[in-house]
Parts: sequence; structure tokens; C-alpha cells
Amino acid sequence: MSAATLSPSSQHFEGTVVTPVSWKGPIAYGVIGLLSLIALGFGSPAGSIAQIVLSQSRDSIKIDALMVPARATVIVLSLAILVLAAYASYAALKRIKVGAWMPTIVGVLTFMSFLIWAAAGKDTTMPLAQLLAQGLILAVPLAFGAMAGLICERVGIINIAIEGQLLAGAFVGAVAATVVGNAYAALFVAPFAGALVGVLLAFFSIKYRVDQIVVGVVLNVLVIGVTSYLFSTVLKENKSLLNQPERLGELPIPLLSDIPFIGGILFNQNILVYLMFVAVIALQFLIFRSRWGLRLRSVGEHPKAADTVGIKVNRTRWINTIIGGAVAGLGGVAFTVMAGVGFGKEMTAGKGYIALAAMILGRWNPNGAFAAAILFGIADALRGTLSITGTPVPTQFLAMLPYLATIFAVAGLVGKVRAPAAEGIPYVK
Amino acid sequence: MSVETQKSPQPAPESETSEDRRWNTALRDIVSSNASVIVFAIIAALLMAAVLVAAANAEVQRTAGYIFARPSDFFTAVWDAVSGAYWSLFRGAIYDPEAQSVVRQFKPITETLTAATPLIFAGLGLGIGFRSGLFNIGAQGQVVLGATVSAFIGFAFDLPVGIHLIVAVLGGVLGGALWAGIAGYLKARFGANEVIVTIMLNSISGFLMSYLLTTDAFKREGSNNPVSQRVLDTAMFPQIMGENFRLHAGFLLALIAAYFVWWLMERSTLGFKFRAVGLNSDAARTAGISVNRIYLYVMLVAGGLAGLGGVSQTLGTEGVLQEGVAGSIGFDAITVALLGRSRPVGIIGAALLFGALRAGSPLMQTASNTPVDIVQVVQALVVLLIAAPPLVRAIFRLPAPRKEGAA
Repeated sequence: MSAATLSPSSQHFEGTVVTPVSWKGPIAYGVIGLLSLIALGFGSPAGSIAQIVLSQSRDSIKIDALMVPARATVIVLSLAILVLAAYASYAALKRIKVGAWMPTIVGVLTFMSFLIWAAAGKDTTMPLAQLLAQGLILAVPLAFGAMAGLICERVGIINIAIEGQLLAGAFVGAVAATVVGNAYAALFVAPFAGALVGVLLAFFSIKYRVDQIVVGVVLNVLVIGVTSYLFSTVLKENKSLLNQPERLGELPIPLLSDIPFIGGILFNQNILVYLMFVAVIALQFLIFRSRWGLRLRSVGEHPKAADTVGIKVNRTRWINTIIGGAVAGLGGVAFTVMAGVGFGKEMTAGKGYIALAAMILGRWNPNGAFAAAILFGIADALRGTLSITGTPVPTQFLAMLPYLATIFAVAGLVGKVRAPAAEGIPYVK
Repeated sequence: MSVETQKSPQPAPESETSEDRRWNTALRDIVSSNASVIVFAIIAALLMAAVLVAAANAEVQRTAGYIFARPSDFFTAVWDAVSGAYWSLFRGAIYDPEAQSVVRQFKPITETLTAATPLIFAGLGLGIGFRSGLFNIGAQGQVVLGATVSAFIGFAFDLPVGIHLIVAVLGGVLGGALWAGIAGYLKARFGANEVIVTIMLNSISGFLMSYLLTTDAFKREGSNNPVSQRVLDTAMFPQIMGENFRLHAGFLLALIAAYFVWWLMERSTLGFKFRAVGLNSDAARTAGISVNRIYLYVMLVAGGLAGLGGVSQTLGTEGVLQEGVAGSIGFDAITVALLGRSRPVGIIGAALLFGALRAGSPLMQTASNTPVDIVQVVQALVVLLIAAPPLVRAIFRLPAPRKEGAA
């Protein structure tokens, strides 16, 4: 560590220090804009119309489907991206910091271009509102999983076991909701299942200082094994008694849910979606603005210093690893009770790992991780939508996008990603 | 590729070195856990799984209702359930005295060897990574790529006997090596964490294969299922024990690969560098070893071996490429490598154990109604316990080894 840290700081500069111009962003935006212009803009049949639907069937106020001339619209959108790329180059030269709005807008514009291109000249409509609402639903387990990972990693424990925690929550949630006969029961019981996996993670990685990645991977296998075993033995025989949960119903928020387009997507959802909003906002505040958060971060960044000022490092790690597990357990409810389906073997299907990816893409920040989870959710929903409306790209490639994005992120191609410093290192007094 | 790595200006990002160090110590801890711990961990895992087996048994549940009135009924039921399950597991995995023909009686042990073959390959690859300080979770993806490439060469090309097999095998090795090489290159060039990258590559490989199986080049004519054409006979591994057994020459190749890995790690200069980087990457760098280039080489070798795991599936056991051809070999191999303490002999032993569990579980399911999923529970418990030797010692009250606590 010492050799590597010394090299950059040992350089001496005469006069004012000038940061190097970073061309990564502008170049990336420029390439995206050009690709969008050529492939999507001129790739759309001339004179074709794309039908974009802006309301869902359950919305109280319906808007007519938008009929846009495909080629012209995509060209305008692509030009807008190129204008943004030009501004990004200007900002880079002037060394002005560009905020997160830039990639966000570029992303939205690209997404719109893609949708219009995909719907151009087709008889079928592109259900945009439904797509986004679906994406939000699919993002729920990812967001909860990412929050869980974030709490654990911020305190210095790598949580690969998100997958297992989600699965345990899904299993116990389904059983609890069926036994009690009320879907909301799952919300109270599932966190305990996730927390139990968190206890095991803490037990092995804090008490026995086993490598945290090993524990995480193995706990996933263990939870898959135990839940599959119980599913094949107990649940299958007594399906109606144990594994037929009710669905979490939609709770439209008065007034807000009547807003056209946005209202139906954001404010006419089930309670778990609202809980997700609350969790993200609360964590963003708590982690960076509360005493709990400061202690959490200090233990994850520099446990020795935290210990010196009287914070009990391992106790803090124990508590927060369990809290993290509970959050993921709650997210597991999304697989079963939220959708109103019974538990199935390995039904999380790697979502825990995507949640981990969302957390890294979001750079260990609740807001960022949430945005990444939404992105992954929409990509997933898009795959489903395109397989119905007919797809110009193989859906498998769309499915790869989140994973590719994560690889690019960890390779440092889209900004530097830095994990908490003491992550994964057992603390010994 | 290697030229670029050479040029990379700074040695490595700072976070990486401390990261490596802690994985090394953790891995060393696992590696140094002694043999008695392994034996006791397996026993403890089987006992814990027995609890699950008993709990799910209807007879046990019935007798538990009046356990205080007649406890002997309850314990008899527990014994019957557990011994029945493990006996059928043994019959399915080693030797079946209840089978009708001699072939059937000895078939189980050959099935175990067949199931162990890909685990040996992938486990060897992961073991090299662990000993070199790389936590490669990506064996699954490398197995998939090895299977895909070898199967493609196997059915798409028409080559003479012998040469066809060799070309197909080498293709699979190359496929796995290049896939792992992506992670190795990103680690060497950008310091990208190989754990995350390999996990992502696993998922990508699955989608890639499922896409390829929809293309005309791969899809079997007239079939709507995602199944490839059959691998030509010229590219198949010969059956070692005749038509009645599925055991193929891939198993012998696995043993040769184990010997090669031993030679590589213990006798060759490259292996020495691998181990040096694994033990202390800073010291290795100071000694003049290009650590980044070693990371790339380690991943290439590890990926090639894991690719062979896929090859043994397509050219040996299955004969076709289809979804699920890789099963969970890549993930099971992680537990195999950990259980085998990353040493070739240990890995063969661990792969035989898990291969036996895998081969025996179907009979266990049909004969004693115990779902195959219990095998995963046993695997996970064994590895968890082995990773925490003090826990196993505490459970069985074993004496602690003399040198302990110097973490």
C-alpha cells in the first residue's frame, strides 16, 4: 500500500496545480450520440410512425397514445445528445464539474431514441408507462438488496450473501403470508429470515474471521439448499396451507396518483414500493447525516481510529450486518407475496448478485444504488416488453446490459469506484 | 495484450494490494486447516443434514406427536429415515448390492467418477487462482465457454478421428482461458476487482450461450428446444469401460491435468511466481516479478482448466450443448477447491466426495424420498465448517494446533 500511495503525492508542482482534462465523458457521450443518430435515427424507416402509450390500463385519467414520426424524432433526440456532448467537452476544457444530470439526461434521451426506433413502423404500441411501472416493480428486490449490501459494506463486511438473504425472505414471507392469511404478515416476518442469514454472515466473518467472500458464497449455497429442500418436502405437500400467499394490493395515494403518466407509475403501487422509497431516502440521510451513519462509516473506513474514540468496532459490525440482512429479507418479499405467487426453487435467480452490482454502480451511495437498481429493473422490463412487441435486438443482449455496465464501472471506465477502505478485513484489537 | 500490461505506468492501484493481502491470509487460513478438521467437518455436516432429513420425514413427524409417551418409536423413526437416506445415497454413489446385474451393481462408482470429472478440472483452475491470491468466482462462465466452443468444433467441423477430438478439446481450453482472461486483463490493466467481474461474466456467459442456441449455426434442425446438434463421434472422448458405463477418457485427462497442475505449481518457474504473488504480492513485485502479468497468466491457466470442465461435459458425458449443460459445476468447484485446500490431490478427493453426493442423490430421492437438494446443504455446511476450524474444534472438543491466533 505504501509504495503505491507515495508515487502520486511525491510529485511536486511549480505554481498552480491544474487537474488534467478528462475526455472520457465527452467522448462517451459523443459516441452514444453518433450511434443513436446513425443506427437508430437513420435506422428507423422513413415516414414511419411510433406509437408510445403514456397511461396504464388501471389509471383513472387516460391520455391518448403519442404518435410520433420515428425518424425525425430520433434525429432530434440524437442531436440533443450531441449538443450535450459538446457542452461536456466545453466543461471539460474549462474544468467545470458536470453533475450527475448529464449522464442521466443522456441516458434518458438514448432510452427514448431506442424505444421509438424499436416501435417505429410497427402495428403494436410501445407501452411506455407500463414499461416504467414494471421496471419499478422489478427494481424492488434489487434496491432492497443493494441497500442491504451498502449497509454491510459501509461497516466493513462484504455481503455476497444478499442472494441468500433475498431467498430466505421470499421463502419465509410466502409461508407467513399464507399461514396468517394476510399478505402484510410477510412484511413483519421476512426481515427476520434475512437477519438470520446476516447473523450467520456476522458469526463466521466477525467471530471466526473467515474470508467474507467465502462465507457469502457458501451461505448462498446453503440457503438455496435449505429452501429448496423444504420446498420439495414441506411446501409441495401442503401448498394451500403453506405456499399460496395473497398478493400485496395497490394502495393509490390520493391526488398524487391522479397525476397523468407519473402518478400511475410512482403513486399507485403496493406498500413495498413505498417502503423502498422510504428506505432509500432515510438511508441517504442516516448514513451521511446521523450519528449512527458516522459510526458506521468510520468503522468501515478506519476501524482502528473508530476504536480509539470508543466505538465498539465488532459490535457495530455485528448489529449492522444483521440490519443489512433484515433489509434484504424484506426485499425478498418482492419475489413471492408482492407478486402474489408461491415460493419456487432458486426463484431469486441471481438477483442478489445484480443488487451487488447496483450497489457498486451506485458507488456505495443509497441514491446512486437506487438509480442503478431502477436502471437494471427497466432493462429487465424492456426485455419482457420487447419480447411481446417484437424485438430488433436479441433479448439476451439486452439482458447482458446490466452486467456489462457493471464490468465497465469496476474497470474504472465510467468514473472511479472506491469501496470502503476496511471492507473485508476482520478487525482484531 | 501483454505489451499493454507492460506499459501500465503505476504498479497497481493502492486498494488492490491491501485487498490481496487480506485474501491471501484468509485463503492461507483455509489452506492450513488440518486433515482432522476436514474429516470432522464432513461428519458434522452429515449430522446436521440428518436433522433436516429426519424433520421432513412423515413417520418421524407422526411419532414426534407422542415422543414423551414412547420415545423409542420416535428414535426408531429417526434412525430409519436417516439411515435409509444415507444408505440409498451410498447405493447410488459407490456400490449397489441390491441391483440385479453386475453392471448395475458397479455402475454407481463409475457415475461418481463421471460426475467428479468436471469438478476436478474446474476445481484445479480455481485452486491455482486461490493460491495466487485471485478469488476467481467465474469458473461457471469459463465452463460454459469451454462447453460452447468445444461443442461447436465437435459438431460443425468434419475432421479425422483423433485430430478432431484434440482440436475440440483445445478449442474448449482456449474458450475458457480467453473468458477468464477478460477478468485477468481488467484486473491487471485497471485493477478491476476480479470477484465482481467474474460474477458478472458468469451471468453474461449464460445469456451468450442461450443466444447462440437460438442461432442457426448451433440449433438442431427441426427442434424448437434450445439444444445444439449432436457432437460427432470423432470428437467424443472414448468410453473407458465400454458402452454400459458413461465413464469417459475425460476422467483420465482430469488426472493428467492434476499432475500438470502439481508440476506447474511446485516445479516450474511460472508456478513459483504464481505462489510468490499469492503469498505476498508486494514482495513479489519487489523481487522483480511483474505482478500484473502474473494475474493475467493465472486467469488464463485457471480459465483453460475450467474450460476443460465444460469440455468433459459436452465431449464426454452429454454429447450436446444445451442450457444447463454446465449445471452448477462452476459454483460446486469453488467448494471443491476450498475443501481440497487448493492442492491437486485434495481437489481430486473433494471432487470425488461431491461427485459421489451428486451421483448418489437421484437414487436417494427415488428410494427414500429425500430431495436431491440436501446435497447442496451438505456441501455448504462442509465448506463453512472447514473455513472455520476453531468452530469444528469447539464442536468436537478437538485440541487446538500449537501455532494459532497469530492472525
